[in-house]
Amino acid sequence: MSGLRSDLPALTLAVLVLATGAAGAETPRAIPQRVVSVNLCTDQLAMLLAAPGQLVSVSHLAAEPQSSSMAAEAAAWPANRGQAEQVFLLHPDLVLAGTYTQKATIDLLRKLGVEVLQLPPANSLADAAAHIRTVGAALGQEARAEAMARAFEAEVAAAQYRGAPATAALYYPNGYTTGSGTLANEVLALTGFRNIGAEAGVTGGGILPLERLIMAAPNLIITSEPYPGASRSEEILTHPALRAAKGAAEGMMTDADWICGTPYILRAIARMQAARAAVETGG
Amino acid sequence: MKPALILLPLVAVLFFASLLIGPAGLGAGESLAALLTGKGGAVVLVMQEIRLPRALLGVMVGAVLGLSGAAMQGYLRNPLAEPGLIGVSSGAALGAVLSLQTGLAAAFSLALPLAALTGAGISVALVLLLAGPRGGALALILAGIALSALSGALTSLVLNLSPNPFAVTEIVYWMMGSLADRSMEHVWLALPFMAGGAVLLLSLGRGLDALTLGEDAAASLGVGLTGLRLRLVLGTAAAVGASVAVAGAVGFVGLVVPHLLRPLVGAQPSRLLPASALGGAAMVLAADVAVRLIAPDQDLKLGVLTAIIGAPFFFHLLWRMRRIEA
Repeated sequence: MSGLRSDLPALTLAVLVLATGAAGAETPRAIPQRVVSVNLCTDQLAMLLAAPGQLVSVSHLAAEPQSSSMAAEAAAWPANRGQAEQVFLLHPDLVLAGTYTQKATIDLLRKLGVEVLQLPPANSLADAAAHIRTVGAALGQEARAEAMARAFEAEVAAAQYRGAPATAALYYPNGYTTGSGTLANEVLALTGFRNIGAEAGVTGGGILPLERLIMAAPNLIITSEPYPGASRSEEILTHPALRAAKGAAEGMMTDADWICGTPYILRAIARMQAARAAVETGG
Repeated sequence: MKPALILLPLVAVLFFASLLIGPAGLGAGESLAALLTGKGGAVVLVMQEIRLPRALLGVMVGAVLGLSGAAMQGYLRNPLAEPGLIGVSSGAALGAVLSLQTGLAAAFSLALPLAALTGAGISVALVLLLAGPRGGALALILAGIALSALSGALTSLVLNLSPNPFAVTEIVYWMMGSLADRSMEHVWLALPFMAGGAVLLLSLGRGLDALTLGEDAAASLGVGLTGLRLRLVLGTAAAVGASVAVAGAVGFVGLVVPHLLRPLVGAQPSRLLPASALGGAAMVLAADVAVRLIAPDQDLKLGVLTAIIGAPFFFHLLWRMRRIEA
């Protein structure tokens, strides 16, 4: 863990891990044998890092292709819906959760004597590497995690775009966009894009009114794949004005690859690099 | 004094305000030029595809809500009758949500307004049946509450069962209504139904005038109550159904507007109907402009504002009725 303390998110993460009394690398402890994950991001990290048989169950979101990069792999594990009762009956010795997982569930599990590790959302590429190491340490798979994190960091470093940036906007149902201080923003910057959402003053996630998006006229508009069933929230993605503004440089991208701090971010980076090249050739 | 002389300019001013106010902060001259000439790149897109449909829908939705409120109040001779309060809007919302979630609306686009129309029609017919031809205030309101609660619950159920994670968050949209990010497609989809419904409702004027003298007097004047009721049900269903299908259920417009305008037209239903259409358009346009001024970057629901204005009127009406009935 000590190598990570140079940056703030990793530090807060380490403090959080120590405070929960979970996988502090400093205190030698038994390797958990029955791990249950109730959060989409810890699901994927656990599936990547756990030894065979160590992971008992993942959340139902892990099998949903719109949000999970490992939807196919997730079929190998029984799914849970994250309620304390269901999780407890799986007899876990470690539960992996997010910091936004229902507080009541976490409190109840802790009261029942189950160890819970809560992982905050990854807001940067450094967070992602830190999360790989944190979950690896919690699972007792430090060596595998360290190798994965190092490979990830090397590929990220190699992906840095040099040259004048184009403009891009991320546009989601209800006019939601992601601005500064987010993982997606860092991926955009890395691959040669200025984020319209961040320039409009959105920090984290927020609403970007459609007309302000149209006026900014970005080179690339990235939207998410629609879910099955209808919703008014998603209608904005087929609005005639947005369709007209998208023009040639349209990008539809699954959110799955950059919601979570996993090595699958590299896939999102590769797709953004291809989109950047397309903007260059398309004028 | 003709109320149209006040209301027409008011609607025109609010229509332009609706066109000119928005989060992009465009200049007035620049945006109107782009709207009319179609030259100016992104500004044209914003004006023609985002703001114009929003302003047009504001006029259309407001007009039919005001009109159907006035027509219902005239027919039932009850100042509390209003599509939102007596469950017609929530019936329409249920129909719309069902057509969206079953995939019918995606298969052919007219399914959305038609389903909302059916929902609204069943609700109006049920309310008239339950409340009886005289529409005693208590029976009417109770029937309306029961219908609203049932269709609201069924709407929530359908949206909760949807495989789409966004659907469940839209319960509030279907109950409160919003004009945000609508397009010209929605205008064309709703316009024929709203126009047809409005024509039917406006044709009720003479019959409703006669009805103020009592049912027997109206019958002796040659007004057929059955035909009147049928036209009211069909007109309200088409107008409110189409309105809810594209903008959700916006409440209280049909209650407040006829109430405010009644003194101006000498309480004559045939004059109240067109005046209420104009008044409704003005109220919804004003509410929609206010929504954008209060929270430009959020989708504040229209029904929030109309309820904040409308609910005190409702209290006032109830208070007056209590005194009359006591």
